[in-house]
Amino acid sequence: MSSERTHRDGESWAKPVERLEVAGVQPGSSGINVAGRRPTSPVQGFGRMWQKTYRVRLLGADVTPQQVIAVWKRDFPSFWPKNNRFFAPLAGIQPGEVAVLDLGMPGGMKLSTGVLVMYADDESFTLMTPQGHMFAGWITFSAYEDGGVTVAQAHVLMRASDPIYEMGMTFGGHKQEDRHWEHTLQSLAQAFGVDGHVVSEMVCVDRSRQWGNAGNVWHNSGIRSGIHMATAPARFAAKPFRRG
Amino acid sequence: MTEATVSMDVRTPDESVSVIDIEGEITAACEPILMDAYGRASGDRTRCVILNFTGLEYMNSSGIGLLVTLLVRANRNRQRLMAYGLTDHYRQIFELTRLDEAIGIHSDEAGALAAAA
Repeated sequence: MSSERTHRDGESWAKPVERLEVAGVQPGSSGINVAGRRPTSPVQGFGRMWQKTYRVRLLGADVTPQQVIAVWKRDFPSFWPKNNRFFAPLAGIQPGEVAVLDLGMPGGMKLSTGVLVMYADDESFTLMTPQGHMFAGWITFSAYEDGGVTVAQAHVLMRASDPIYEMGMTFGGHKQEDRHWEHTLQSLAQAFGVDGHVVSEMVCVDRSRQWGNAGNVWHNSGIRSGIHMATAPARFAAKPFRRG
Repeated sequence: MTEATVSMDVRTPDESVSVIDIEGEITAACEPILMDAYGRASGDRTRCVILNFTGLEYMNSSGIGLLVTLLVRANRNRQRLMAYGLTDHYRQIFELTRLDEAIGIHSDEAGALAAAA
């Protein structure tokens, strides 16, 4: 039994990567702020550490946890709220694959970042954030059976990446994130014909801030995306003069 | 959720060092067992907690999340967290998740105890 479990485990984890590479994602993304970035865990983050859990019971749906995860992986972008786009890897949600995200921000701004698929098996998958993402950490999407009902769950373990994001999370960012995952789980439930009620729990695991990581602001994808948008006209004007 | 299939024993080779021997699987289901073991391992004089992964059979991403939570608790108590007995596969997972930057990894117990001294 031991060797079988180890084997399954071995195929489920991504190989270590020093820096992310973007290749083979669906077209249409700006694709900035991902290539060359290091993946981050909560250890490398700045802000308070939060553990957030969002659950929906798929009451009345005749579906196994494995079937839920298969659909969630396959149609992951379709469950997201409008103005947020997930450019999935062409290979699908598989360990080691990188996806690109364009997230809608207040004021019509767009934040471009990405995620690494850190872990994926039949019952769960985990996305890990790169430097510059709003938070350092990972999100595990899983499904399990509880009292004869299949439950879908998103579990976030995170610290805001830098002081600017920490301020943003404090003043509305957490609520925006709650709405994002509640919408996602409701959409997933609807895919199985269930009008699900999402239950969320939020626990502050560590109230202290890691000031040694304040320098993460250098990679802030929000700032870099803003600069990228602001300089778009200049890049467009310069296009005819570029070689090649 | 699935039931925990892990056991954890605590040893104290030194009044300032505790070792948690892990046998089985580390998943979300083992949270109460891991936290109970840490509670037994963490005394007033404990300055280092060493995780013995020699008997680790399986760990998923929820399990690695538990180790992050454990690290926070240890840091709060001004304790160092160390590990030994990881196979190459699990060493790679520590590298991937960058937990190796916060948890000292050693090849055997003697190495971990020497580092804790």
